[in-house]
Amino acid sequence: MSYIKKPKIIRDNESRNKLGMTVTDYEGVMSTLCAGCGHDSITGAIIQTVFDLNIEPHRLIKLSGIGCSSKTPAYFASQSHGFNSVHGRMPSVATGAHSANSELFCIGVSGDGDTLSIGMGQFTHAIRRNLNMLYVIENNGVYGLTKGQFSASADVGSTAKKGAANLQIPIDPCQVAISIGATFVARSFSGDKEQLVPLLKAGMMHRGFAMLDVISPCVTFNDHEGSTKSYLSTRETKREALYTDYVEPFTVIEVDYDQGSSIEVDLHEGGKVILRKAEKEFSPLNKSDSIRMIRESADAGEMLTGLLYIDENQPDFTEVENTVRKPLNEVPFDDLCPGSKSLAALQKNYK
Amino acid sequence: MSKPGHNNFTVKFANVNGTGSSSANGMFMRSIFRMGIPVVGKNYFPSNIQGLPTWYEIRVSDKGYLAPSGTVHIMIAMNAQTYAEDLASVEPGGYLVYDSSWPRKELMTRDDVTVLGVPLAKMCNEKFDTARSRTLMKNTAYVGVLAALLDMDVSVIEQLLLDTFGAKKHLIEANKTALDMGYDYALENFKCPLSFRAKSSNKTDGHIIIDGNATAALGCIFAGATVGSWYPITPSTSLMDAFSGYCQSLRKDKETGKNNYSIIQAEDELAAIGMALGAGWNGARSFTPTSGPGISLMGEFLGFGYYSEIPTVVFDVQRTGPSTGMPTRTQQCDIMACAYASHGDTKHVCLYPANPEEAFYLSTEAFNLAEQLQTPVFVLSDLDIGMNDWMIKDLEWEDGYVPNRGKVLGKEELDNMENFYRYLDVDGDGIPYRTIPGRHPKGAYFTRGSGHNKLGGYTEDAAEYQDVVDRLLIKWETAKSLVPQPEVSYSKKNKMGIISIGSCNDAIREARDVMKKNGQSLNYLRVKAFPFSDKIEKFISQHEKVFVIEQNRDGQLHNMLITETDADSRKLESLRFYNGIPIFSKDIVKQIEDSINSGKAA
Repeated sequence: MSYIKKPKIIRDNESRNKLGMTVTDYEGVMSTLCAGCGHDSITGAIIQTVFDLNIEPHRLIKLSGIGCSSKTPAYFASQSHGFNSVHGRMPSVATGAHSANSELFCIGVSGDGDTLSIGMGQFTHAIRRNLNMLYVIENNGVYGLTKGQFSASADVGSTAKKGAANLQIPIDPCQVAISIGATFVARSFSGDKEQLVPLLKAGMMHRGFAMLDVISPCVTFNDHEGSTKSYLSTRETKREALYTDYVEPFTVIEVDYDQGSSIEVDLHEGGKVILRKAEKEFSPLNKSDSIRMIRESADAGEMLTGLLYIDENQPDFTEVENTVRKPLNEVPFDDLCPGSKSLAALQKNYK
Repeated sequence: MSKPGHNNFTVKFANVNGTGSSSANGMFMRSIFRMGIPVVGKNYFPSNIQGLPTWYEIRVSDKGYLAPSGTVHIMIAMNAQTYAEDLASVEPGGYLVYDSSWPRKELMTRDDVTVLGVPLAKMCNEKFDTARSRTLMKNTAYVGVLAALLDMDVSVIEQLLLDTFGAKKHLIEANKTALDMGYDYALENFKCPLSFRAKSSNKTDGHIIIDGNATAALGCIFAGATVGSWYPITPSTSLMDAFSGYCQSLRKDKETGKNNYSIIQAEDELAAIGMALGAGWNGARSFTPTSGPGISLMGEFLGFGYYSEIPTVVFDVQRTGPSTGMPTRTQQCDIMACAYASHGDTKHVCLYPANPEEAFYLSTEAFNLAEQLQTPVFVLSDLDIGMNDWMIKDLEWEDGYVPNRGKVLGKEELDNMENFYRYLDVDGDGIPYRTIPGRHPKGAYFTRGSGHNKLGGYTEDAAEYQDVVDRLLIKWETAKSLVPQPEVSYSKKNKMGIISIGSCNDAIREARDVMKKNGQSLNYLRVKAFPFSDKIEKFISQHEKVFVIEQNRDGQLHNMLITETDADSRKLESLRFYNGIPIFSKDIVKQIEDSINSGKAA
């Protein structure tokens, strides 16, 4: 066997969620990524998320493309249905799977290479359809598996391990997503679980396409001085635009939120997000504001994080297409096959 | 059939595309059909929206031959641009009708063709007000001319107008006026009827006129397909258009009025196949229609579907290649591309319908096979089948039909199972069990195109990898017994045979009849599926010589027969037709007779 099975250890007094499951139950096989890889932290955050949200594992599908990031669905939720597809084309598989059964939770994990190069077309079209899924980009600015080439998210001037600087303009998935109509756009950092987990939860409970760009340093090829996606650089440049709390349904809100500087948004699939503003003039409900803030931060050498844009009022793919809400894969055959009388009747048009 | 006879002739319409000629040509064809006379239409159209030459060829055939005849007895020459070549293509003794509204100084003509001038534009300009109706009604008027020349039953045409335009009275009136105008002009000015004519018969009872994209779409409806993803490409586009049309009336949820289907126009073919696979994986019957360029684009995902064992159906309505080729011309040039689509050791189950009737039945069968075998299944139609109007037997459906969903584990089975593993060959037929996501806590597994072992885990282990790809070969053997068997016409007396595929069928049927009359009978086997049945090898062994007839340059079926069977390849002679036009039986007869006369064949 060339994967490592993770021993399942249930610790004493390990807390259980409403389904009676432990965090360990939501784990997957042992990660084979490099020690210290940002992606493993994101995996941990996803595990925490689905545990906290009490998601029945078999009601979750987890899909990915190709690359280091795309290996990770094997590392969480082993009792869920995994689909490691081909390079850059996870969104199309998610679209098809969603069409067959739109009631399942869907997480797509991708990387900057998988999304912003080969996958750019499918990424943007999944946004256009407002497909109801959480799309996580594990963004490290390099191609890891092929040993360190720049990806399309590498900043101008950021250097490779051997010293050469990237000269091409980066593609910012958040700006792209907002500009073409994504209904939930957030950025975070793999090293900031406190920020990441609420964003993941909110993204899961958002109805429509939730994109989460997570800066996730590559310890082997892009964690050196001169890289703008190293742990050090990310910590230094990251600036939180908003503090995001996810609040479960029927929870009494105990924190005292300042009405003037916080925004509440109810999420379609349950719960709400409460956004505490760090920047007074910024509203994540306004596309132009969001894009302007992201650009200004980038110009100032900073990286804006948090829930950067949310619109909970747009119809999702199923609604736009007027498809039945119940799973298509459960519609009885008798309702699908019109039968011999219909066939005979319609053939009169061909006489 | 070079000489025309009653109910046995070909009319060709030379038009300019975008002038609305196709509905008039269709009206003529359908009227013949309603008179009880077998008929078929072939459309030779440009890859263009307006202004280029387009031809519609209608063959009236008492014997029901559905291949184009390759001869023209009446040419309706409505396109000055192609007049010279249209005139040249008429059989000696034939007729040419042209619009004589504007007298020309010199009229290109032929001594052996009767040229009939009808002032179509002039008459229509006098009768109709708008530019559009003047253009359109010229077409209806020439149908009137034909009706007189061929002594057609005018009441049939009039009834057709009523049925076609229904409540649109002004259209019925206008068409009726134009029809009478052409009819009366011909009666007054020409010797009507001609020596050959259309005589009412009863040979079309129990038949319909339909194209193969529509019947394939009906197959999808009746098979219970719910997810169709696609990217528009000629000549497959009308398959999804038809599916969409049928869904409007047949697939609405009774309670909510919402769609019991999902049609997704993808961003490209790469996504279209990804969606089809995603839906197939998640338990819906899914399909994607495309043509050659789409197959090339889908390559990587098709290998994925094969290796990760996901059911879906791919319709390849083949057109002329290579590259963009001639998008509006027919060919059978993707036989190998589909059979072996994708890198690595891949091979795919392919079905080869011969006509729209089979396109319906094989389409429904494809969904069963895809789920039984847990793999993408191809239906290789072509432009001729998909977009031309064929006369076929009424389609039938048996109520009580139960779709074969293959080995899908249900609740009880999973309840009683300790662990579920996706790729175990429990039954020894190479087909493992699968589960549908979301249905059972024990059903989860991991789907991947990377190396995996029989338990579904990732592997780079030599033996574990090989174990799975070897099992896929066992499944391939099982597929052989499940796919449709070839259609064989065999007599011990005959030493020579023909093997062919798909839409060559009707030209071959006619060619065999002709050769039989000439004293040369040949047996015939039509391949209906890949993997190949053992019957093919047996058929070859029973003959001294077998002609392999197909519509591509490189003899793809011929090559596959050599590599995929143990038959003696020296017995096979490859006959290839690849100019983009459906095969004419006379060309088959000629090539076979040439081969026999040159001593190459027994």
